[in-house]
Amino acid sequence: MNEPQDKVQDSGRRGFIGAAAAAGAGLGVAALAPGLHLIEVAGATSATARAAGEPAPSTVRWGMLIDTAKCASGCDACVQACNTENGIVETVKDARQGSQWIRKIDLKDPKNGRTHSLPMMCQHCENPPCVDVCPTGASMKRADGIVLVDRHICIGCRYCMMACPYKARSFVHQPLDTQNPEVPRGIGCVESCTFCVQRVDKGMQPACVEACPEGAMLFGDLNDPNSGIAQRIAREATTQVRADLKLNVGVRYQGI
Amino acid sequence: MQLAQNPRAEERNFYLLAVLGGLVTVIGLAAALYMEHAGHVVTGMNNQVVWGMPHVFAIFLIVAASGVLNVASIGSVFGKVVYKSRAPLSGLLALAMLAAGLAIIMLDLGRADRLIVAMTHFNPTSMFGWNVILYPGFFAIVGIYLWTLMDRKMNPYYKPAGLAAFIWRLLLTTGTGSIFGFLVARQAYQSAVIAPMFIIMSFAWGLAVFMIVQKAMYAWNDMTLHPQIRSRMKNLLGTFVAAVFYFVMVYHLTNLYFAKQTAFEQFILLSGGIFPLLFWGGYVVLGTLVPLLLIYVPNLASLRGSVFFAAALVILGAFCLLFVFIIGGQVFPLEIFPGMEVSSSFFDGKIDSYAPTLPEILLGLGGIGIAFTATAVGVRVLKFLPQDDIAKLESAGHMLD
Repeated sequence: MNEPQDKVQDSGRRGFIGAAAAAGAGLGVAALAPGLHLIEVAGATSATARAAGEPAPSTVRWGMLIDTAKCASGCDACVQACNTENGIVETVKDARQGSQWIRKIDLKDPKNGRTHSLPMMCQHCENPPCVDVCPTGASMKRADGIVLVDRHICIGCRYCMMACPYKARSFVHQPLDTQNPEVPRGIGCVESCTFCVQRVDKGMQPACVEACPEGAMLFGDLNDPNSGIAQRIAREATTQVRADLKLNVGVRYQGI
Repeated sequence: MQLAQNPRAEERNFYLLAVLGGLVTVIGLAAALYMEHAGHVVTGMNNQVVWGMPHVFAIFLIVAASGVLNVASIGSVFGKVVYKSRAPLSGLLALAMLAAGLAIIMLDLGRADRLIVAMTHFNPTSMFGWNVILYPGFFAIVGIYLWTLMDRKMNPYYKPAGLAAFIWRLLLTTGTGSIFGFLVARQAYQSAVIAPMFIIMSFAWGLAVFMIVQKAMYAWNDMTLHPQIRSRMKNLLGTFVAAVFYFVMVYHLTNLYFAKQTAFEQFILLSGGIFPLLFWGGYVVLGTLVPLLLIYVPNLASLRGSVFFAAALVILGAFCLLFVFIIGGQVFPLEIFPGMEVSSSFFDGKIDSYAPTLPEILLGLGGIGIAFTATAVGVRVLKFLPQDDIAKLESAGHMLD
């Protein structure tokens, strides 16, 4: 139990140091008028950061590669980091009614006894069934491939949850009193992994990727042939879960 | 019952029924308010069984609403004169039941307060989105159809209006069935047969509801249905019930044939506890075989109340079938990793359980209350009682056409 917690703290510290470094060295502040500043995020990840109000680029397709050979069965550092980042504190009595944006799944092949452990979350499909079925358009895919729920127009019909092949979505079953200001959540709405869009838009990595002690999760632009993820996918065999549905998911797995 | 001869007693009984229906409706609305305030945590629904008891009630009402309109269509579109006098009641029931079904769906929403959002945002790829257009269209077309039936000036237009209503109701039930038929991920759904299956279900369930309401109205007015008309309607019900059974068999047999669906079928038909029990005992035996015997075995069919009892059993069977279809289809786990043994903190690979709580049952019953009250008030203020001029029908040869 201690090990993952230590690692979460570790990752928290790393995150803080990274943010402090960005604030200290990377922020270029341009004065537009007295008291009004345009803040630009720069630094090592500045190539992927974008200013508020600027639309997500359609040239980018965010994706994730998960190496299940590196993912340990008992470790849930990614889950803890996700909960911390996105302000998920579950108090609901029946765990089936609680939100889980990312979860660890243990797999066993009954034919040969081989086991795997892997994190499962929204697969950020290119052709997402949740987006197709949503009556109001609250479920939507950004130009850069991130699938999100617009909290303002989600009516809580749960049709997207019926449609998702990955059980990746959760419905908020009771009032919430703690929230991360950057991650709006609310009773009666459906929610799921956002690839930590609030971080990605600042040029940072999703919290789970940063927290993984084994470096089993790789995040990047699938469309950029020079990105680490695109090169690994070009070089090594990877799997799309439920590839038969031809959803062209953004999350790929290695080793299953 | 001699209500027709005692207007004062009749009036008192009407108000009693209206108050009773209103009370059930108010309790249902209070349950919805409680769910809205406390959240769906007070229901048995969860992140796997996302649609529960309210949806069983709502889908029964919506499917039966379009089906009950068939009685009118048989008269207006297919020219069966005996059914023409039944068209206004059929239209009223269709509107009342659709309103009730939609009220349940709407009040069960996580954000029922955002109804206006649902009406102003349209996603053309969503089957639900299309239904949001189909439902108001149904109200408008059936409303106009009723107008052509009940206003002498508009009477010349009843045939085109009836045809439009018939086509629209087929579209509407196709839309309702396709809400499930278009779901690719779950073993229970993703089948093109679901849309026509819902249409034939609507024929049977709608007619069963109509026959029960007609029986109640006749009893209220000290009238009896002519045996020949009764016989025609019961035989039609029998045909529809048998046709539903055929479609349900085709649906399960195709699933049994696909290797990837056999585990699901094994669960629903054999090992799934309450679900096989409700399927075989509730739907097949009580909801199909017993009604068919009551309808087609001459000794049973001639018994007093047999048709009423058969229609009531068809409705009971409908609820059992919908419970198995909607809840059973979700309780069975999603097959995310075919062929693998799966476990997780989110209950992957586990068969879920669902126990409806009181608020969601009350919400469903509240919907029935809405349909009941709207019908009771409707038949009181306007002329909806089906009256047959037997002599005229017989002389024109319409009793058997």
